[in-house]
Amino acid sequence: MSGAPGSYYLPNPSAWPIIGSIGLFTLLLGFMLFLNEGTAGPWLMIFGAGIIALMLIGWFGTVINESEGGLYNDHVGMSFRMSMLWFIFSEIMFFAAFFGALFYARTLAVPWLADTDLLWPNYEGGWPTAGPKGPMPIDADTAVSDPATQFSTIGPWGIPVLNTLLLLSSSVTVTIAHHALKQGARGTLILWLGLTVALGIVFLYFQAIEYHHAYSELGLTLGTGVYGGTFFMLTGFHGLHVTIGAIMLAVVWLRCIRGHFKPDNHFAFEASAWYWHFVDTVWVGLFVFVYVF
Amino acid sequence: MATEEAAHHDEHHAHPTGILRWITTTNHKDIGTLYLCFSLAMFMVGGLMALVIRTELFQPGLQVVDPHFFNQMTTMHALVMIFGAVMPGFVGFANWMLPMMIGAPDMALPRLNNWSFWILPFAFTMLLSSLLTAGGGPAAGWTLYAPLSIQGGMAVDMTIFAVHMMGVSSILGAINVIVTIFNMRAPGMTLMKLPLFVWTWLITAFLLIAVMPVLAGVVTMLLTDRHFDTAFFNPAGGGDPVMFQHIFWFFGHPEVYILILPAFGIISEIIPTFSRKPLFGYTTMVLATAGIAFLSFIVWAHHMFTVGMPLAGELFFMYSTMLIAVPTGVKVFNWVSTMWRGSLTFETPMLFAIAVVFLFTIGGFSGLMLAITPADFQYHDTYFVVAHFHYVLFSGSIMAMMGGAYYWLPKWTGHMYDEKLGKAHFWSNTIFFNITFFPQHFLGLAGMPRRIPDYALQFTEFNVISSIGAFGLGLSQLLFVYVVIKCVRGGDKASDEVWEQPRGLEWTVPSPAPYHTFETPPRVA
Repeated sequence: MSGAPGSYYLPNPSAWPIIGSIGLFTLLLGFMLFLNEGTAGPWLMIFGAGIIALMLIGWFGTVINESEGGLYNDHVGMSFRMSMLWFIFSEIMFFAAFFGALFYARTLAVPWLADTDLLWPNYEGGWPTAGPKGPMPIDADTAVSDPATQFSTIGPWGIPVLNTLLLLSSSVTVTIAHHALKQGARGTLILWLGLTVALGIVFLYFQAIEYHHAYSELGLTLGTGVYGGTFFMLTGFHGLHVTIGAIMLAVVWLRCIRGHFKPDNHFAFEASAWYWHFVDTVWVGLFVFVYVF
Repeated sequence: MATEEAAHHDEHHAHPTGILRWITTTNHKDIGTLYLCFSLAMFMVGGLMALVIRTELFQPGLQVVDPHFFNQMTTMHALVMIFGAVMPGFVGFANWMLPMMIGAPDMALPRLNNWSFWILPFAFTMLLSSLLTAGGGPAAGWTLYAPLSIQGGMAVDMTIFAVHMMGVSSILGAINVIVTIFNMRAPGMTLMKLPLFVWTWLITAFLLIAVMPVLAGVVTMLLTDRHFDTAFFNPAGGGDPVMFQHIFWFFGHPEVYILILPAFGIISEIIPTFSRKPLFGYTTMVLATAGIAFLSFIVWAHHMFTVGMPLAGELFFMYSTMLIAVPTGVKVFNWVSTMWRGSLTFETPMLFAIAVVFLFTIGGFSGLMLAITPADFQYHDTYFVVAHFHYVLFSGSIMAMMGGAYYWLPKWTGHMYDEKLGKAHFWSNTIFFNITFFPQHFLGLAGMPRRIPDYALQFTEFNVISSIGAFGLGLSQLLFVYVVIKCVRGGDKASDEVWEQPRGLEWTVPSPAPYHTFETPPRVA
């Protein structure tokens, strides 16, 4: 089973997976009840999320202890690396579904809708649009007087371009930290990795301000037709992934402070950094296709 | 099975026993057994639902169930069979066989492997319990087309969340398969020496990782359209219900190959053994599998020919779909050529394999008919489609799994199954299958619509035949369960090789395969 040098580490039976399943089931059952006006819903959701948090801490804690205990060899490390890359590929495909919806709506569905004069005689199509029954778009970044008839969009050259610069520089800082780790420069590593996490948090802060602005002044909400739906689902899921990535990097940062990782063996750092670059790349796609064009 | 060895190997660990062993196990053989048992259980549940459908359709008119419950049965039958029986069944085979076939000690990520399985019982608890909610289970068809699915009750939400859980399970399982194949092969086991079952699973796993997230995305859009005021599929807000179909089938068509490629792999293992010849055209088999996987991404709209697409779209999807016949034909010819001038014997696995080659090809041909756009306008949403996909899914995927089960059961249990009963199961299964589904071709061509609980009088005779066949088919499976249980509990001792000089590393280890195999990797010449 375990331990013999050179052999592939096979873990002993573990209860964490079944705990994760119970947590996932409780969370989703609670969400389902919440959506259908069941009073127990929110409580079950909190309970389920708590179980999942416990599972993540326990499971990753076990893996960290095994890793620091020297149970893994390069062969195991390669399995971890490959899995992370394929996991990121699955995440890319998740975003692809929403990008696909955006492109399909913009280039096919909305123009076809504008062409069906019999059904919607006065609908002109165009982008942004909230559809023939939705509010009409006005210039970007303009406060609307009546959200029932008008909505405005968020122009690219305010907060979004700033956020682009923040995320792009955070990709640079995490790379500097990686080089420092490989050279054994712990001080530089901790500084630049901390900076990366900070940049991610500032990004999320700006994103929250932007959402507040959209809801309170621009009349742009999740319900603003197909534009609002694609806008908030894409940026919202991206924001969720930035949050996950920032938590991953923060955990790695704390581990660095504790003296974990070696210059030639630091899978968790690499995985989090890859994830961060992925989140960054998705944002560039968002900036170009959601904000600019 | 193999508990003595387990105790022997792990006496220095306190390994849980009883139910806890199965819940916490990190062993690929245990997890494979769990997957296979789960798959068999879901096969029975989904089969009972099919029998409800066939009972209602035994006679014209409405007599047994009300139409709303009928719709729930067609929806749930498909969801349970696809996500509960076929996909977990193949993962069970992968778990048992991949490490043994490539000379690995286990799957690359054993704990994740456990989680991949143990999500499934929870997902199906969620899905099946939706039948008990007010308003009943999901009734919009397994494809969950908007806007029908947007109007459904809380059962649709339960289905969406169940699909999310199944997606997590499939993606994690697929990552594990890919990493195992790339990183855990024994020295000398180069990619082009991999058994074909391993190759087909490698490509299946790639398809799973590529499209399960897309399914998760589209059902998430469904959820927000239902509860959070978005308008993805609502034209009043600039959305489009057809967009649901496009995104769904971008998942759905590769999914079809996820359901069949591992079956091709199993057939490619069985036929050479009982032909006593190496597989004909190994390299072309690998390339054909990859070709099918590539094409599967660019054919999805052939499920939507009648929805109103531009002519260019209809033509593109028609031609790309017909192209799939080329790599699939390569496979069929390779199997036939493998048998050509072989020293054939007809044990139960071989009978299943030959039946699959023959019957799957019928399903392939009806698929070609459906691919022709103008013809599809006539066939769309008729029983012809139902007949087509049961010929590829039942007499393709499910019967390949049955053949695979007979083929490897001696290796798993250490006992030979009862050959007489196995053959009886084969014949009763295969004859009743054809009685059930062959008449449905005629019904469809004559215009009987699918997913409707009643029909015009002229369709009566074929429906009666089909329903009688369905009950025979259902009863045949009880025989299958009996043969499997009998084989697990006892029987003639199986030799290590089991069959006559079969190829593959799994036949070099004892029968039953010890709890841990290949802790020291074998060297492959």
